[in-house]
Amino acid sequence: MKVSLDWLQQYVDLDASASDLADALTMAGLEVEAIMDPYQHLNSVVVGRIVRTAPHPNADKLFCCEVDIGSKTVQVVCGAPNAEAGMNAPCALPGAVLVSGMRVEKSEIRGQLSEGMLCSQAELALGDDASGLMQISAEHAPGVPLARALGLSDTVFEIGLTPNRPDCLSHIGVAREISALRAKPMKIPDIPPAAGPEKIAGHTSVTIEDPDRCPRYAAELVFDISVGPSPAWLQQRLRAVGLKPINNIVDITNYVMMETGQPLHAFDFDRLEQHRIVVRTPGTESTFTTLDGKSRELDAQTLLICDGKKPVAIAGVMGGQNSEIMETTTRVLIESACFDPVSIRKTAKRLGISTDASFRFERGVDPEGTVYAMNRAAALMAELTGGTRINGVIDEHPRPAPQKTISVSCQRANRHLGTRLGRDDMAAYLESVAFSVAMPEADQLEVTPPSFRVDVDRPEDVMEEIARLWGYNRIPTTFPRLTAQAEPPAQMVERKEQIRDLMAGFGFYETINYAFTAARAADRLELAPGDPRRNAENLLNPLSEEQALMRTTLMPGLLETARKNISRQEKDLKLFELGKTFYKTKHHELPHEVEMLAAVWTGANKPAAWHTAAEPCDFYDIKGSFESLLFGLGLEKFTCSQMPETGCSYTRPGRTAQVRLGDTYLGLIGEIEASVLKQFGIRQPVFVFEAHLEALLSCLPETPEFTPIPKFPAMARDITLIVENRIEAGEILNSVRSMETGLIEDVYLFDVYSGEPIPAGRKSLSIRVVYRSHTHTLEDTQVNELHRQITDSLLAAFDAELPA
Amino acid sequence: MSKPIEQIREEALAELSQAGDADAIRALSVKYLGRKGEVTGFLRNISELPKDQRPAAGKRANEVKKELDSAFNEALERLAGQTGQDSEAIDVSLPGRPAPLGTLHPITRITRLISRVFARMGFGIAEGPEVESDYYNFEALNIPKNHPARDMQDTFYVSDNVVLRTHTSPIQVRYMEAHDPPIRIIAPGKVYRCDSDLTHTPMFHQVEGLLVDENVSFGDLKGILTAFVHQVFDTQTSLRFRPSFFPFTEPSAEVDIQCVICRGSGCRVCSHTGWLEVLGCGMVHPAVFENVGYDTNRYSGFAFGMGVERIAMLKYGINDIRMFFENDIRFLRQF
Repeated sequence: MKVSLDWLQQYVDLDASASDLADALTMAGLEVEAIMDPYQHLNSVVVGRIVRTAPHPNADKLFCCEVDIGSKTVQVVCGAPNAEAGMNAPCALPGAVLVSGMRVEKSEIRGQLSEGMLCSQAELALGDDASGLMQISAEHAPGVPLARALGLSDTVFEIGLTPNRPDCLSHIGVAREISALRAKPMKIPDIPPAAGPEKIAGHTSVTIEDPDRCPRYAAELVFDISVGPSPAWLQQRLRAVGLKPINNIVDITNYVMMETGQPLHAFDFDRLEQHRIVVRTPGTESTFTTLDGKSRELDAQTLLICDGKKPVAIAGVMGGQNSEIMETTTRVLIESACFDPVSIRKTAKRLGISTDASFRFERGVDPEGTVYAMNRAAALMAELTGGTRINGVIDEHPRPAPQKTISVSCQRANRHLGTRLGRDDMAAYLESVAFSVAMPEADQLEVTPPSFRVDVDRPEDVMEEIARLWGYNRIPTTFPRLTAQAEPPAQMVERKEQIRDLMAGFGFYETINYAFTAARAADRLELAPGDPRRNAENLLNPLSEEQALMRTTLMPGLLETARKNISRQEKDLKLFELGKTFYKTKHHELPHEVEMLAAVWTGANKPAAWHTAAEPCDFYDIKGSFESLLFGLGLEKFTCSQMPETGCSYTRPGRTAQVRLGDTYLGLIGEIEASVLKQFGIRQPVFVFEAHLEALLSCLPETPEFTPIPKFPAMARDITLIVENRIEAGEILNSVRSMETGLIEDVYLFDVYSGEPIPAGRKSLSIRVVYRSHTHTLEDTQVNELHRQITDSLLAAFDAELPA
Repeated sequence: MSKPIEQIREEALAELSQAGDADAIRALSVKYLGRKGEVTGFLRNISELPKDQRPAAGKRANEVKKELDSAFNEALERLAGQTGQDSEAIDVSLPGRPAPLGTLHPITRITRLISRVFARMGFGIAEGPEVESDYYNFEALNIPKNHPARDMQDTFYVSDNVVLRTHTSPIQVRYMEAHDPPIRIIAPGKVYRCDSDLTHTPMFHQVEGLLVDENVSFGDLKGILTAFVHQVFDTQTSLRFRPSFFPFTEPSAEVDIQCVICRGSGCRVCSHTGWLEVLGCGMVHPAVFENVGYDTNRYSGFAFGMGVERIAMLKYGINDIRMFFENDIRFLRQF
């Protein structure tokens, strides 16, 4: 909302600098976001007096004008037909920047020096006339800045109004705030009464058929007007606040809206059939052409302003072409109404239009300001267009707004705010913004907010009013009492932090990718038609196709991030992300949110350095990280086994492990399938792991349990088995672990070998078994016997051989 | 009795002084202290001595055994030490073998910083769904359908009644529904708004805070937020509270901090105002308490919210919000 200080000055004395006023408004809740000079483009524009004109030697339609600009006389090349010696016209000097953005420079035009530019009204945004030079009265001396000559000086505030303050969507509203803040009286314009003999009732009528949507509708008539351009002062006012002058009648309705906050509409009275107004929802009408020439679809909820036969405006949103003011209009009906905010908002949203009127109606206009604004507009029309006001107004008011009285306890207000204000002080602050206050009993304030404060309903609203006028910054800073029972630590949150720390400690960089994804992401991952990850939530209003649905997997985001980095020559990457994925649910409104951890590793397995050559990373690099993560979280007894063929579409079959703890699926480790890499435009192997956070965290031991340090020595024995390639080492290790001897402390693989002299299709696996008793030192013979049994059972179970 | 013990000792030490390598020393150890060694033999044959000499000889022989044993061991250690330690200097400036190290995303780091400051003031952490019902995201927070306050946030819709949460405030409501006062929580998380340009990303992060108890005042809100700003920035950073509007708080305020770049003298970052808007806050609106069934006569409370990206940008001097979600490794490495 733009507010002109020059305009405000009409309603309240502005006794402070623009920046002090801006500060005061900002600190009272009307944030001044910018302070602007609406005539900035007139800097370097002066009054020029044309001393002599001569035809341009090289151009038929141009003149070379000698122009007196006060300090000297310069030559300016000009094409305006009305340029003649002796006239005063605006002359933009080199350096001036016109509203079009054009910068005036000293230049040569067809071989003739031009040291400025003589301007039309339109070029300076001082009017619409572009036909020739703007005439400046001869009384102004050459060289005087144009703005000073024309009395154009103003400052405009851009105020970022919050939706609760529609009363300040007007100059009078902002002036009222200043009046309260600076303790200056308000000066509201007086309106002379209409004095003619003709009564309005004989000319027109208003019928409200839908009083819920239209609680009040007032109308006034002005006859014998002549439509034409508004006077300069009015045009300047409108331009200063960002409105475009149209004609005197429309400009006056806009001017009064900007003055009072009440949207008005002027109808050509002679284009209203039966010369009357009916407020209703559509009957058989299904479309309506608004002022902007667009045909609008109507629905049953759209409130219409109609004449005796047809719609003439969409209530509170926009007028119609069929009744707009034309040059030939001589009689107008001024509408000033109150509409239901929700109804207006629905219609404006549905039609996709927001006008100055709908914006105000949606937020709530002053229900008691209806007639004043209309009278004000009628009086201005009479004054500025030569019209005659018809005596009286029509004011249909089927649903008067109830008066609100709010009871506030001063003690409670002080306790809520942390202040120690006296009751009289509170009352004085409220009265300064036009609240009426009664004090029926000690500690109580009976507050009636003014009708324009549609936002004030509850005691808390009144407290805010007191606080903002007293000044938030004067409220003493205190601390709340801290209860002994603090909130318990959120375990999930802390575990997630631990996971992030571990992953960063393993050399992975944390990424945060958008939770949106493209519909084709599922195809790029080659997910099967029935894969649950195809069951994504779609956004109804996505910003783009690439962000059209909520992700069901972190993989596309990470792969896309990898691709972008690789394309920037960062080919060695270890990335991870911890975040939510979203699955559409059948029976619940909200999707199922599943938190995932995923990591990718591509490029070198370690940084190249003087002591070790970097090698390409492989499956076991990322597997090691995942295992270490699980160990770090206190999980040990998980298993990794071959993922079934159909288990994961985007990792290589035969090179993907499923990680489980007992029956619980924790996640997978694998190498991305070549065809998927191609889809993502990646040309180097990528290894990944994915973990279901909830499953993982539900398995974690809360507190590690201490086991005593062993007192007796361990004994280690090795076995080398030659087995078929298909046998997984993990199976053999698990088989040993599951033997209930009570003496096996650890089993691990320390060598894998295939090739000569091992027969083709077989491999040799060397396993070390560590034996220990917690009660005594083991004897060689006991261990040897146990080890022999284990060896025998492995040989039998895995169809294995011992080395030759 | 063959040799006297003193002679064995001297011969042994003499031979040791000649021994050039570990094998020779080990051979000497066997020769003198082994099962068939000379000292061992002397001790075994001690019974051949006259009865009165036996205790002294035995004692002496044991002393010699100990002395030789440690002499051999020392010699071995000395030798091992010499071969294991290169006497030549090394290039200590060569880089060491690195332990791999990644980084946490700056948003994670700043969220933690914020969380820790509030944890010290007794706040717990709560989380909630990112895809929310219209009720929790709007209605329960006193933002009815068709209210202009809905224009304050551009909303992504999943269906008529389901939205991507536009703020972390729904967590407040869910938490209050499940807990009785006193309450002190913060709620960090992702939020979504249908807006993408130089200064807006469609997804970003907020931290919400809520404190509910008896006799909580606006002054208390100022106290907590002042302490917060002083810990996250520094104690020289001044704050100002300006009246504002949020449908779920009343009174509502925006909190500006003195520009951390120019210290209030005016610069590009603060648009030459000297102030930066960093927090929105206010006393919980009674309508919100009514929605969760709290007694508005007994309890009062305050809520506040801040953008994590905004604070991260100020702390780290990042000038483009989109950097956070580009995940350029050259950016990530810097944190």
